[in-house]
Amino acid sequence: MAAPMLRWCCPGRRFAFARVGCGSCHRRGPPTGSTSNGKRGQSSVAQQPHITAQKPRKGEPEWAAVVGLEIHAQIASNSKLFSGSQVCFAAPPNSLVSFFDASLPGTLPVLNRRCVEAAVMTGLALDCHINRKSLFDRKHYFYADLPAGYQITQQRLPIAVNGSLAYSVYVGRKPSQMVTRTVRVKQIQLEQDSGKSLHDDLRSQTLIDLNRAGIGLLELVLEPDMSCGEEAATAVRELQLILQALGTSQANMAEGQLRVDANISVHRPGEPLGIRTEVKNLNSARFLAKAIDYEIQRQINELENGGEILNETRSFDFKLGCTVPMRDKEGKQDYRFMPEPNLPPLLLYDSGSLPSGADPQQVINIDQLRERLPELPRVTRQRLVQQYGMLPEHSCVLLNEVGLLEFFQNVIKETRAEPKKVTSWVLNTFLGFLKQQNLAVSESPVTPSALAELLDLLDRKAISAPAAKQVFEELWRNEGKTPAQIVAEKKLELLQDPEALEQLCRSTLEAHPDVVGIPAGRGRHAGAVASGRRPPLLLSPCSPAELPDNGWPGFIRDPPINFVSFQLKSRDAIR
Amino acid sequence: DLGQITPTELCQRCLSLIKKTKFLNAYITVSEEVALKQAEESEKRYKKGHSLGDLDGIPIAVKDNFSTSGIETTCASNMLKGYVPPYNATVVQKLLDQGALLMGKTNLDEFAMGSGSTDGIFGPVKNPWSYSKQYREKRKQNSHSENEDSNWLITGGSSGGSAAAVSAFTCFAALGSDTGGSTRNPAAHCGVVGLKPSYGLVSRHGLIPLVNSMDVPGILTRCVDDAATVLGVLAGHDPKDSTTIQDPVKPFTLPSLTDVSKLCIGIPKEYLTPELSSEVQSLWSKAANLFESEGAKVTEVSLPHTSYSIVCYHVLCTSEVASNMARFDGLEYGHRCDSDVSTEAMYAATRREGFNDVVRGRILSGNFFLLKENYENYFVKAQKVRRLIANDFVNVFNSGVDVLLTPTTLSEAVPYTEFIKEDNRTRSAQDDIFTQAVNMAGLPAVSVPVALSSQGLPIGLQFIGRAFCDQQLLIVAKWFEKQVQFPVIQLQELMDDCSSVFENEKLASVSLK
Repeated sequence: MAAPMLRWCCPGRRFAFARVGCGSCHRRGPPTGSTSNGKRGQSSVAQQPHITAQKPRKGEPEWAAVVGLEIHAQIASNSKLFSGSQVCFAAPPNSLVSFFDASLPGTLPVLNRRCVEAAVMTGLALDCHINRKSLFDRKHYFYADLPAGYQITQQRLPIAVNGSLAYSVYVGRKPSQMVTRTVRVKQIQLEQDSGKSLHDDLRSQTLIDLNRAGIGLLELVLEPDMSCGEEAATAVRELQLILQALGTSQANMAEGQLRVDANISVHRPGEPLGIRTEVKNLNSARFLAKAIDYEIQRQINELENGGEILNETRSFDFKLGCTVPMRDKEGKQDYRFMPEPNLPPLLLYDSGSLPSGADPQQVINIDQLRERLPELPRVTRQRLVQQYGMLPEHSCVLLNEVGLLEFFQNVIKETRAEPKKVTSWVLNTFLGFLKQQNLAVSESPVTPSALAELLDLLDRKAISAPAAKQVFEELWRNEGKTPAQIVAEKKLELLQDPEALEQLCRSTLEAHPDVVGIPAGRGRHAGAVASGRRPPLLLSPCSPAELPDNGWPGFIRDPPINFVSFQLKSRDAIR
Repeated sequence: DLGQITPTELCQRCLSLIKKTKFLNAYITVSEEVALKQAEESEKRYKKGHSLGDLDGIPIAVKDNFSTSGIETTCASNMLKGYVPPYNATVVQKLLDQGALLMGKTNLDEFAMGSGSTDGIFGPVKNPWSYSKQYREKRKQNSHSENEDSNWLITGGSSGGSAAAVSAFTCFAALGSDTGGSTRNPAAHCGVVGLKPSYGLVSRHGLIPLVNSMDVPGILTRCVDDAATVLGVLAGHDPKDSTTIQDPVKPFTLPSLTDVSKLCIGIPKEYLTPELSSEVQSLWSKAANLFESEGAKVTEVSLPHTSYSIVCYHVLCTSEVASNMARFDGLEYGHRCDSDVSTEAMYAATRREGFNDVVRGRILSGNFFLLKENYENYFVKAQKVRRLIANDFVNVFNSGVDVLLTPTTLSEAVPYTEFIKEDNRTRSAQDDIFTQAVNMAGLPAVSVPVALSSQGLPIGLQFIGRAFCDQQLLIVAKWFEKQVQFPVIQLQELMDDCSSVFENEKLASVSLK
């Protein structure tokens, strides 16, 4: 396997990773160091506070980090991988346990067709080779939440191999500087989840909940083609989107449906790969990135100080923000793999190899599953860019927020407004309001229809952009009024009579002699000054780029307004 | 013929026999209440004329390594003492669905690991033939003067309890399990028919495993027809056992063969080992001659890899045992030690207390073979050898042989005092020699009692058939059974008032009302 070599930044772009550290080289320096990165990145994991910009000593190459991932995705299925028990999050303890799940003697595994289909679909979506024949193995270890004393997995011949996962990272300061990176998918295997151990330290007891025991997992092994926390986190995020699009896993990290272990090592370019450590139990993308970057820096420091890296398992302490060795595994684990004798080889077919007269319930046709594959996130983004002319990063945001794309598409469906306008409103206004109140799309008080109607009003030039904002704010209060009703009530219609308009202008200018003298385009225009003082009347030949300077919330940024309009604004309209 | 008898009467007679033969130690649990209740229901069906079939009202016994809902299932181990499964093994359920009466759970070697039925926590099973008129008279003739009671014979194993239960007329059929010969070996020693069906023909769901890839529920009966009847009920796909065949299984009926001239009987030359007793060898030859004289083609064949079977089995068996036994940790069910120092300490003490030396020894060996550094050298090699052994059979059957004829055991049953001179491992290796390769290949095989030895003890011969040709195998066995006319065990001295039942030995002769 080729070591993923340093993707050297262009000379002079040494500090490019201050924004995003991906694909960059890692420098010496204490992990406690911190740089102020200025702007916050698009992604919540973008910051790498521990990496300080420090010049390497002369003659010595910098360190290259190598990161591989082992990802466990819980399969979204009604029943478990080998038993008929229901799969349900947060059910009462031990309420979803069949005789097989509790490993009662004499019980046998029966493979869940849905789980196999999920594995095949995931494999196809990741461009894997689907093995027509795969095998199940037992992996042995004693643990209280592993009732059988072994886990059924696919060690020798997994269901899918040799795939790839493409993801985009930002490399520069500008969001448009996105590059696509690829990580190879070594294999996807089907395996059983374990139960949960709940340790009661007070009474020194361990309680066992077997609800999770036996739920189907997809274990995805990503080759060490990544070089920092941001890359790993972005790759995981992309995988999450793919799994969710396929419906093969809900992939919610907080609920443990997606669990990530990272293998990390550092070495000097040109030298063999270093000894790796494994960081386990990373249950959010942010911690994943943090843990990896911490661990990279820890290893660098260790080696710089003449120490050595132990091949060990570490866990991430999110309170301390560092990785610590895990105590549990003393000595070498030997899993004593052996073939699972109770499950015949898993055979898959394609339309060409399908045995004639086969019971459709008993065979799985890969070609049929391929036809049923939904649109994948990568394609969705391309389609959004092509169809609606949006920027690639906008398509990313639409997909990254749960439910946002659907919201967007519903608005598009119902409005005559330009897609670009819809994009802007959904990504700036709508998303901004959500973020500010920490709401999910599903919790939004504004429905896609309401926003569509509002945008129609705007499109017909029935109202101005700032008036539309006002209407939106009213809608957000969720008082059950339609945009048209709000417009009527608040008298927000545009004045169409030129004479009345001129009259209004004159009286306004006369009433505000202090503003009139300042020429537009010198930082603060008339409207801005006016708005700062919150007059009832606002003259706004405004350019959106300047709006944030006016004290408007950053997210309320509108596309250019190409007409002059007057608008009556009530005092509390500006938030 | 008794004339007609009700299921309850039949059940009570068998229960009475179970009590009279308690000293045989054939049963671990006698499910008297369950059986009587089932008999009552069966009787109602007969009265209405709605009998469920051949097994309705028929007393049966089940080896204590099959899960029985609501009835303790111990595997003759401290580990499962007191364990009451919440579900029935598929085979048990199928028998109950046919109206069979479950008399109880039969004794075995702990977790079926043994060939004598001597190594369970409930003590050894005694061979009913030890108390037979035939054996006693021979012993008198041979002027043995030792204390008779201390010289009882082993049943063979590990399904010795089931074999003894059938042999002593306490039931009409019993389930055993067969991993290396555990059904056929005690059948031969107890003078009953012992059928090991093709692997995959009968569900293992609910059978507490020894070696998953070789285990098959076995059937012990007093005649071949009865074995076929029971197999007909048990055979077929089970959605709970993914290794059972998908194809529908036709009901088993055994036509009486009148002409064997189209048959080709193979005699594997490797089975003629130095350890084979001259009596068994001579009966084997006679049997071959019988087929030949009746017009069958009898031909010597070779199974060149059979000699590696025992050592190969040792590796595969212990490896699967190590794996299968991992679940017995005292957490979910079964024995748990008192220690609560740590989870690990609890595991260790639980398993030390729960398993006997034989089980622990196999777990240790198996884990050794599965270690990363040993896996290729032992487990993988053993699997390859297994393939060669299986291919030997394929080659022989492809050459036109219909059925193989071999001995089942080296000799007749030996006294317990003799048997325990060797350890479990040595005994298992010796006693499985003719039976075990069949499990490697997943083939059907049946041991049929042939004749009594000079000591008055039963000797059985084994027929081995093509995979899933169980019916053909049984047709041949039935023909052979008819020719040899094996004598009925004479237990009158022991059970004087029950003599009438003894004539009533086969299913076909039972007339229930």
